Amino acid sequence: KMSVTDAAILEGHNDKVWHVAWHPNGKTLASCSSDKTIRIWAKEGEKWVCKTVLDDGHTRTIRSVSWSPCGKYMASASFDATGHENEIKSVAWSSSGSFLATCSRDKSVWVWGVGEDQEYECLSVIPSHTQDVKKVVFHPNENILVSASYDNTINVYKEDYDDDWSVVETLEGHQSTVWSIAFNSRGDRLASCSDDATVRIWQRYLPGNKEGITTKGDNPTWKCVCTLSGLHNRTIYDISWCNLTDDIATACGDDYIRIFREHKNSQGEPIFDLILSVPEAHSEDVNTVSWNPVVPGILASGSDDGTVKIWDFSVLS
Amino acid sequence: MTTVERLDNINPLVFEKAENRITTDSDWDDLIYDPFDAREIFDLIRNINDPEHPLSLEELNVVEESKCEVDDSNSDVSVLFTPTIPHCSMASLIGLSIKLQLLRTLPSRFKVTVKITPGTHASEEAVNKQLADKERVAAALENPHLLQVINRCLNPKLRNRS
Repeated sequence: KMSVTDAAILEGHNDKVWHVAWHPNGKTLASCSSDKTIRIWAKEGEKWVCKTVLDDGHTRTIRSVSWSPCGKYMASASFDATGHENEIKSVAWSSSGSFLATCSRDKSVWVWGVGEDQEYECLSVIPSHTQDVKKVVFHPNENILVSASYDNTINVYKEDYDDDWSVVETLEGHQSTVWSIAFNSRGDRLASCSDDATVRIWQRYLPGNKEGITTKGDNPTWKCVCTLSGLHNRTIYDISWCNLTDDIATACGDDYIRIFREHKNSQGEPIFDLILSVPEAHSEDVNTVSWNPVVPGILASGSDDGTVKIWDFSVLS
Repeated sequence: MTTVERLDNINPLVFEKAENRITTDSDWDDLIYDPFDAREIFDLIRNINDPEHPLSLEELNVVEESKCEVDDSNSDVSVLFTPTIPHCSMASLIGLSIKLQLLRTLPSRFKVTVKITPGTHASEEAVNKQLADKERVAAALENPHLLQVINRCLNPKLRNRS
């Protein structure tokens, strides 16, 4: 009988795995590594196998991969920095597929327009942070972009009328580098994780909200409504919010994967319970976690130990 | 991080080196589990060369056994290093050398923390944050020039060859 903490182990990378990303169909997984390759994994019968190794795209560590919403394209970001001044840390597609965002150690976020023939035009270069930008993520159904940085802040961007993107709000609260951010499926909450070993949950308030939270002009505002502290022992490198179960998973430098769920009867400010801790989920730092977008409870993770793992946490729901 | 153009500290104090570790019979007995101790961590880093002087980090008192800590059961290693002067521009390079040496030599289960001894450097906080950020460390170590400089510090024999 499979225990909840048994996982399929996907071996092949020979250096740190930095990021994993599910294809929108939930059947294929991409992983990228310091070994300068991207591996594409899928199930053959009951077994996960490596279908393809993409090894000719980059000359340095590949830090991040992102599938287009149509599933036909994949973007990858590498320390070899095409366009930006130095290392690119993250790349993300917008939910509509018409925008791509990248961010870099050069402290800027770039937004690209995606043409019909997959032509990419740089629309905005936004020098929005004072330090490295670690992560970019688009809102699940609106043209809103969020970035996380070594400067301990999170920036929220929106598209102006003339294709230009700019910062509308800066979220402060983390005491050290913000490594990753994730929206919930409705897009009214945002989770962030940090080197300060906390997770913060931010809630969006629209103008004229009944809670009486002040907003600026016709822009909504984000407010931290929950801080999960004392539960992680080291830097939290990644966070994933499941669009099917609403559970949150974290990838931590203490080699754990942890799963959080909102307390059923939480009124007012939300309460999140730690419902599962997986010690030694990997033998070294866990760098990335990602919930399967189609099958509830399936989580992929990647680590400094060079492996990718597929976990089945469906018994929890 | 740049290469050496002028010496930050022209005339550093030179300290005496520690005696070699005294080995006991049990050290050679494979049946006895030897946890890593502070002296072992110190031995791994004491001979790293200073980027500026033909002296080891031990001789410059940049590293000391008393500032090496190890918790073997929790796979935790922590090293404090002391730049020779508070404005030493080499601080992050020295920290990176110590970190890389420990990452290369210790089993991969160890979590390695390298920080500046509190109160001994003007940019202590910034350097500590850089050294703690593994993404920045990984990117720095992919820079062939920087890696060459660090390798020369880690292996002084390479230094004479260039």
